[in-house]
Amino acid sequence: MLDSHVQSDRIAEILEAHIGLEGPLLPILHAIQAEFGHVPESAIPQIAAALTISKAEVHGVISFYHDFRERPAGRHVLKLCRAEACQAAFGNSVAERAKQKLGIDWHETTPDGAVTLEPVFCLGLCACGPAAMVDGRLVGMLTPKSVEKLIDEVEK
Amino acid sequence: MRVWLPLDSFALAMGGEEVARAILAEAKARGVEVTLTRNGSRGMAWLEPLAEVEVNGVRHGFGPMTLADVPGLFGDLAAHPKALGPVEELGWMKGQTRLTFARVGVIDPLSLAEYRAHGGLEGLDKARTMTKAQIVAEVTDSGLRGRGGAGFPTGIKWKTVSEAKADRKYIVCNADEGDSATFADRMLMEGDPFTLIEGMAIAGLACGATKGFVYIRSEYPVAIRVMRAAVDIARAEGVLGKAFDMEIRVGAGAYVCGEETSLLNSLEGKRGIVRAKPPLPALEGFMGKPTVVNNVISLASVPVILAKGAAFYKDFGLGRSRGTIPLQIAGNVKYGGLYETAFGLTLGEIVDRIAGGCFTDRPVKAVQVGGPLGAYFPRALFDTPFGYEEFAAKDGLIGHAGLTLFDDSADMLAMARFAMEFCAIESCGKCTPCRIGSTRGVETLDRLARGDADAIPILTDLCNTMKLGSLCALGGFTPYPVMSALTHFPDDFARAKEAAE
Ligand SMILES: Cc1cc2nc3c(=O)[nH]c(=O)nc-3n(C[C@H](O)[C@H](O)[C@H](O)COP(=O)(O)O)c2cc1C
Ligand code: FES
Repeated sequence: MLDSHVQSDRIAEILEAHIGLEGPLLPILHAIQAEFGHVPESAIPQIAAALTISKAEVHGVISFYHDFRERPAGRHVLKLCRAEACQAAFGNSVAERAKQKLGIDWHETTPDGAVTLEPVFCLGLCACGPAAMVDGRLVGMLTPKSVEKLIDEVEK
Repeated sequence: MRVWLPLDSFALAMGGEEVARAILAEAKARGVEVTLTRNGSRGMAWLEPLAEVEVNGVRHGFGPMTLADVPGLFGDLAAHPKALGPVEELGWMKGQTRLTFARVGVIDPLSLAEYRAHGGLEGLDKARTMTKAQIVAEVTDSGLRGRGGAGFPTGIKWKTVSEAKADRKYIVCNADEGDSATFADRMLMEGDPFTLIEGMAIAGLACGATKGFVYIRSEYPVAIRVMRAAVDIARAEGVLGKAFDMEIRVGAGAYVCGEETSLLNSLEGKRGIVRAKPPLPALEGFMGKPTVVNNVISLASVPVILAKGAAFYKDFGLGRSRGTIPLQIAGNVKYGGLYETAFGLTLGEIVDRIAGGCFTDRPVKAVQVGGPLGAYFPRALFDTPFGYEEFAAKDGLIGHAGLTLFDDSADMLAMARFAMEFCAIESCGKCTPCRIGSTRGVETLDRLARGDADAIPILTDLCNTMKLGSLCALGGFTPYPVMSALTHFPDDFARAKEAAE
């Protein structure tokens, strides 16, 4: 667990680095999430003060976007594409198998904290679907079998 | 020995990184000197990762590559099991008219020298000798219409911004590309980023804007990395600088942020809520200043228009759809990928001749054209020529030119439900028809799925309300996939009723 002073110092650095941008809030939130894996609640007043906007406004922005997490995710994040082209390539059966294997539904994390399963609506891999992103790595042409293998690799 | 292996996401998703590493390791083990260029994708997704090896000055293709195919690249190439012959001679490549994508897959995306050697910066050089009005006129005369979906004439948008009086103006590139079945923006940014930078610099000159932003969706890590590196290089080499500079910004997973006013709010650091129009972004856009918002492909088509002239570009196409369009063929497809061609091919030619139908070898039942807000077309409409007006006349749209093929196992009632569900998930929440209508739509389709045919008129009414009353095309166009599914595939809706009885 990060010392709260260390954390607020690091957030102050991030704020300092981005404050000169036109419209700095999204770059700031991305940088904080890249650093801590989520946007800690305690960061909100600090951001609000630096940008002279209300805490409610910062919170509103964080909750509007699917990307920003208010709590840490599992150690690995598996994003499976649910959009039309991947469905046409039988992505639903891949998703069903993944849920079954992990024993969780969308937006959930396995009880051991290993894997968070998230839907994504298109990764731009629509000509080689069903597609996935695992911790930032792209995977195409998944089958129910290969997604099981992928999960085994990730869990290891 | 000169070898190319794409850094494009298609290639990476199919194991390209491992293949690239294996090529270098094999070369080292054999003591062969290899120059490996990480190029963009040629667009033949089914062949990725596609390695290319230079033989007597001609690039020969090998794909789809697996690790086991790597040693063979160092032996008798003609006997390689994945040998395809000269890449430029492949039917898929020869059939295209590559204007916007001329360099994608060909050059090293991050070599400004190669970019120049392949005609890069000719458009910008030309623009620097022209007045603002002349540049705007050239773009207008080319007939270029926005490739982001709405098809608004690019030159007319630029004229408004160019003539607006303000102390600051902006060029914003919409690289949110959220539509399923689209990847042209991604491929262009990964494979030829300088073309987009050049197009934006020309837009800056034409409109008197000194600052540009590219808003790239966060689902595109490779495009973000390549664009950032390209902007740094362009700045170091003086292509960008005091006269016009730009920044890469990253979205945060909201489909609606592809809508231009929502995108501007997001850039400003706000929730991605749609703004009422007027005022037009061209007059009051980013930070309230006159702003051009254009799609990646619209902007990336400008350099070739300036370099070769409006008349050259306009000569391609059909009716009021001028120039070329990068078709993106996806879903249950045998030969999927990017195919740039003049407007005017029929849907049937694209689906049967170019794409080769479904990979399942089953009949094509439906093609969704134009992403999640586009209509489902049955085979009966396959004679529709690919053009803005031609698709509108059939109650469809071409959108960003993505096509998703479905075979006869597809359940169109389920796809109609998904369209409503997607709208409900992604609605920005500002207007009621979209926010509430989509949720009611899901419920209504669930009633239909249980065999309650009385729900059909309710669904039709609901779609009308959404169409007429929504603030933007998210709620306004969701009826396209829903109503086209109901109209063209009534059996899928009746089957539920029969099952219930
Ligand atoms: C819900 C919604 C999503 C959109 N997504 C995109 C997108 O991802 N990329 C894009 O260029 N345009 C998108 N648009 C269209 C934009 O609002 C706008 O028309 C376009 O960026 C203008 O550029 P163009 O004239 O060059 O096409 C979307 C529109 C709506 C209503
Ligand atoms: S639809 Fe799945 S990657 Fe585009």
